Amino acid sequence: MAMMRYAEALNAALREEMTADPDVFLFGEDIGRYGGVFKVTRGLLEEFGETRVRDTPISEQAMTAMAVTAAMTGTRPVLEIMYADFIPLTLDALINQASIYNYIWDGQVRMPMVLRTQGGGGAGAGAQHSKALDSMLAHIPGIKVVAPATPADAKGMLKAAIRDPQPVIFLEHKLLYNMRGEVPDDVEVPLGRAVTRREGTDVSIFATSKMVHEALGAADLLDRDGVSAEVIDLRSLRPLDLGAIVASVRKTHHAVVVNEGWQFCGYTAELAATIMDHAFDELDAPVRRVALPDMPIPYSEPLELAMLPSARSIRAAVLETVK
Amino acid sequence: MKNAPSPDDHLEMFRRMCLVRELEEELGRQHKLGKTRGPIHRCDGQEAVGVGVTAALRTTDKITTTHRGHAVYLGKGMMPAPVVAEIFGRATGACGGRAGHMLVADASVGMIGGNAIVGGSIPAAAGMALSIQVRGRDEVAVCVFGDGAAQTGICHEAMNMAGLWKLPVIFVLEHNRFGLTVPTEVQSAVSDFTLRAAGYGMPGVAVDGNDAVDVWRATAEAAERARRGEGPTLIVAETYRVEGFSTSDMGGYQSPEEIAAWKARDPIRIAFDALAPAFGAERLEALRADAVAEMQAAFAEAFAAPFPEFEVDTACAPYSTGAN
Repeated sequence: MAMMRYAEALNAALREEMTADPDVFLFGEDIGRYGGVFKVTRGLLEEFGETRVRDTPISEQAMTAMAVTAAMTGTRPVLEIMYADFIPLTLDALINQASIYNYIWDGQVRMPMVLRTQGGGGAGAGAQHSKALDSMLAHIPGIKVVAPATPADAKGMLKAAIRDPQPVIFLEHKLLYNMRGEVPDDVEVPLGRAVTRREGTDVSIFATSKMVHEALGAADLLDRDGVSAEVIDLRSLRPLDLGAIVASVRKTHHAVVVNEGWQFCGYTAELAATIMDHAFDELDAPVRRVALPDMPIPYSEPLELAMLPSARSIRAAVLETVK
Repeated sequence: MKNAPSPDDHLEMFRRMCLVRELEEELGRQHKLGKTRGPIHRCDGQEAVGVGVTAALRTTDKITTTHRGHAVYLGKGMMPAPVVAEIFGRATGACGGRAGHMLVADASVGMIGGNAIVGGSIPAAAGMALSIQVRGRDEVAVCVFGDGAAQTGICHEAMNMAGLWKLPVIFVLEHNRFGLTVPTEVQSAVSDFTLRAAGYGMPGVAVDGNDAVDVWRATAEAAERARRGEGPTLIVAETYRVEGFSTSDMGGYQSPEEIAAWKARDPIRIAFDALAPAFGAERLEALRADAVAEMQAAFAEAFAAPFPEFEVDTACAPYSTGAN
């Protein structure tokens, strides 16, 4: 067990997987000499050399397409896309290439690629560097999408993602990189498994990534309101741990779903519909959604913070549903 | 000449071009009978590009091609029967009927795969070359793409990285002069695409795309260069799309004189004339007849084959636990 930051946990996962498997290689903007804009790949160029740790030109479209075919011809590429806001540049490679070949070619190829990126607001980065585009990615059949909330999960899930035979989009959060936490030495976290971060009896709050911490903050506030909130960290957006969702709703009969992306056609819509499809009879109140208002993310601090889901806005949604 | 296919290899290129020609012409007949499904993009008249390029490669080399890739499929070593069955959506198709004629793949011969997003094959080959370089393999990756695809942004990104990292890749621009209906001169700021190679630090060579031997020579040289670690090559194979864009193309934008002029430079006739002195016209005609019979047998086999059963792909399931 070691205490480490989220970024250090990711670095450890990359180092261990690169040491264990010579077919694992990294490429992305600023990841080599500089060690990554968020310091995740620090020291790896020195350790593994330029063939396996490549600084790239600013070419997200081709880089992503190249990761796809590199993955289907024997390597395990880990591509870093610096901001989730640049994901639109990668979408042809994801939607028209990565997601189809295993099925369309009748199982002839595997696609063990990982696309790491980071999203989310709160850092004053403006409308083109603050978004969470989770739902756009989780919409695509054939691609896994995961979003760890803790250093231990960051390490365990990145190792699992690199070993996975399917494409995995690995969503990090710019405000989690400095978060410290205990990481077991041999941590293993399978993809597609939610975890209960806090037990409760009155309401289930479902979230991923930084929103898990906002949900835990809300649960603290709700304690004082006399409401016992259960916080489920979904960890994996696709595939989704439906069993864990249904079990929690069966226990609390109230659900609040949280995501840092836009509300309309967003990830919370899928969660709400999933709960309706599979646990409608268990609900004592409509599912409440906490997501971003449907507008661009502004720069000025009070404007940006007013827009982002927070412990306070989650608490308010919970109080609406349990009243 | 050292850098030339052996007579037997040349003969095999002729045979494979005859196979492709019969495939395309029979598809045209089947389309008229209403028996094809979806658009079919024929490559007759352009056989020397796909067949010439692939004849200069090894089975372990990887190739990716366009939505007009039948010559590459058969050139890289796929048998006619699974190709035809795939085109007709049969369970016995190379991809079980899931891919259709534009996206055919056979990983066992390095044919991965057809790509119907215009420009998609260019980074696809660069990515395979990256994989080859990371693993230190003695292989080459190749893409065939058109003059339409040469105008995409991803073409620039992929060629720059290939030149920058000296990736073992060959970019084969099958210059058939049309992007759907729009002629090259309405799409490209330059007419000589070899000029672009300089911008990526790679050699650019123009070849007669209707002469399989010329295509073979340039490919063999580019492959040697790639295997030596000297990086990519751009080959511009000059040819012409004598048929429409697809079976749904109503035509009217290509001049009859131009089509006739290119048909006079038919790649199969060029190969026939080159081979006849050594092998005799009779043997070549017999070879052509065998190819026609083999392709006709592949059609008969495909029509007799069953359709696949629909099954949900559990690898794509949205839920990891609970009901799916």
